[in-house]
Amino acid sequence: MSDNTDKDNGKNMNRRDILKGLATIPVFGLFLVNLWQKIRRDALRKSNLLGDLIQEKSPPAVISGLSDSRHLKLGIIGYGGRGSHLIRGAGFATKEWTDTVSENARKNKLDKQFETFMTQEDLNVSLVGVCDLFDVRAEQGINASKNEVRPGGKPKQTATRYTHYTDLLNIKDIDAVIVATPDHWHSRITIDAAKAGKDVYCEKGLTRTFDEAIKVYNEVKKTGITFQLGHQNRQVDANEKAKQIIKQGLLGKINLVELATNRNSPWGAWVWGIHPEGNAQTIDWDTFQEPSPNKIPFGEEALRRFFRWRCWFDYGTGLSGDLLSHDFDAINQIMDLGIPKYASSSGGIYFYKDGRDVPDVWNATFEYPDKDLTILYSATLSSNDPRGNRIMGHDATMQMGGQSGGGSVHGFIVKADSESTRYKDRLESGIISTQYPIYTYSPGSKQIDGITSATSRYFANKGLLYTYREGKRVDPTHLHVKDWLDAIRSGGQPKCDIEQALHEAVACHMATESYLQGKQMEWHEDTHTIEPVDKSKV
Amino acid sequence: MSGLDSSILKNKCQLYGLVTLRVLIGWHFLYEGVSKLINPYWSSAAYLLDSKWLFSGLAETIVSDPTLLTISDYVNMWGLTLVGASLLLGLFSRYTALIGMGFVLLYYLFAPPFLGLEYSKPGEGSYIIVNKNLIEACALWVIYSFPTSHIIGLDRFFPNRKSN
Repeated sequence: MSDNTDKDNGKNMNRRDILKGLATIPVFGLFLVNLWQKIRRDALRKSNLLGDLIQEKSPPAVISGLSDSRHLKLGIIGYGGRGSHLIRGAGFATKEWTDTVSENARKNKLDKQFETFMTQEDLNVSLVGVCDLFDVRAEQGINASKNEVRPGGKPKQTATRYTHYTDLLNIKDIDAVIVATPDHWHSRITIDAAKAGKDVYCEKGLTRTFDEAIKVYNEVKKTGITFQLGHQNRQVDANEKAKQIIKQGLLGKINLVELATNRNSPWGAWVWGIHPEGNAQTIDWDTFQEPSPNKIPFGEEALRRFFRWRCWFDYGTGLSGDLLSHDFDAINQIMDLGIPKYASSSGGIYFYKDGRDVPDVWNATFEYPDKDLTILYSATLSSNDPRGNRIMGHDATMQMGGQSGGGSVHGFIVKADSESTRYKDRLESGIISTQYPIYTYSPGSKQIDGITSATSRYFANKGLLYTYREGKRVDPTHLHVKDWLDAIRSGGQPKCDIEQALHEAVACHMATESYLQGKQMEWHEDTHTIEPVDKSKV
Repeated sequence: MSGLDSSILKNKCQLYGLVTLRVLIGWHFLYEGVSKLINPYWSSAAYLLDSKWLFSGLAETIVSDPTLLTISDYVNMWGLTLVGASLLLGLFSRYTALIGMGFVLLYYLFAPPFLGLEYSKPGEGSYIIVNKNLIEACALWVIYSFPTSHIIGLDRFFPNRKSN
């Protein structure tokens, strides 16, 4: 074989050798040409799309430092499931919790809960007062204030228990309070705290009734306290990015927004565990039900109501205050919508026939005639099919969360509309396609989270569990508490201040009242009132 | 010593068949690698998270450690690119055929199409025990066993490196 002979004979390279040695170079060239064409095509496509997005070049959000180092003393009123999470956001967790999550992290390396807690910023606060009507939880709050396993190490001061919230508010030493009681206590505690000069972080929904919301609004405005409503979605980077994109007009004129809640578990439907130590001696039931319109004696039904209070209108507003409030606030954050002019809703108790009186399937519509916009909210507690939220514009649709939300945690995608005016030329020339997103935002795509339960995934998809700052996973609840503390120290306004809180509260109460009264409700901006729409005047 | 049986050297059809196989696999590896290099969002995490069978524990360890994951990403991106270029150009192809075989065998073993193993991502074909990774690994074994780069490829310019 001549090939072989040529080579074996040594260094005399002839033309044939060179040709055979370089024979695959043209294939490599072909590869490079194709690669270059593909890169160029992708870059062109991207520049055509993102050329419109000037703010795309803006730097990612960062966690700002504390505005000053003034040490603040906090009180917690209501140390239940949410209250304990908020206190963790402030940097205090029970020993039982830190033991459990550190053990979980040891067993499952993907479980980052412990790491996320321990690496959060030390907010320079002490937990000095705890008030809860259930002895076990009050003790847990005290325990959390003492636990040295926390960001920042050993706490400067530990907490005292107060059996009634007014006793806690009377303590001059306490600068600010976190209110995480059931909704029927929010207004009274917030108003009294404001009168006592304490700054307030109040968990959502703002209040149980519309009238209470107006009273809270007026008192907070009157006293000038620093008020934050507990919508931690305000800290989620994806929402801010979505806001930029919509502001740039990438979606075109928006006439319809769809918001959705899907859950399918007893826990997701508020059938929470009844604590084995809950009894007449450990629970102050009379105080618990004091502000509720209907009273019942202590017994098994009272225990159910104490631990599963979201199932009754006596203590909350069900889907409205718990889950619509989050989605409404997020869309209000993204689109600056304010209070709708009209709201109507309907639904029923179709799955959980367990004695509750709040609906488990519920749909609401909100009308903004001055903005040419309708918001549709649809919720079910008996299907886990994640629909996500959609902002539908003439030129493109933004899909947030849900199954097709970019496949990532609390990201979003934007897809062009086939009949878009703005993208008509680019669609026709094939630069963009309606099949693929023209924009994808998935901040956690390179981060791995051990989010396992369906409910966790629900919250994560809504951006309520984690957000990202400089590529690091952060709990938005921590950021939201920090935002409030920074505002207290600097004298500024936190991200979900009383104005934003009023928007959320009025929208949710209009929908709730519509369900209860069977009528469409109308908001009167001038008088700060709502009333059923008078059809005869329409 | 060519590393090829003289009957193959005489049979152009067999020789060019082997070269074509080498070049095509090289092309495939090269683009797999480059496409990952130019995509800032690519990570091996998604693949590793879906791992089943023997190496699922190892996959979890890699994914949960940012340093290991970064190493895994770089090894994959650059490994595939370099192996691909080497096979395509015919430079050190014999060694890189073995390395490439190692890559695809690992991909196979991290997610083998065995009965009873369910993956969250739907495959692009229907497989039981044998899938395209296993076939590509075997094809690389053939390339290793029947080296052609010293005849058609840059290795021809290194006549003294007979073992290649």
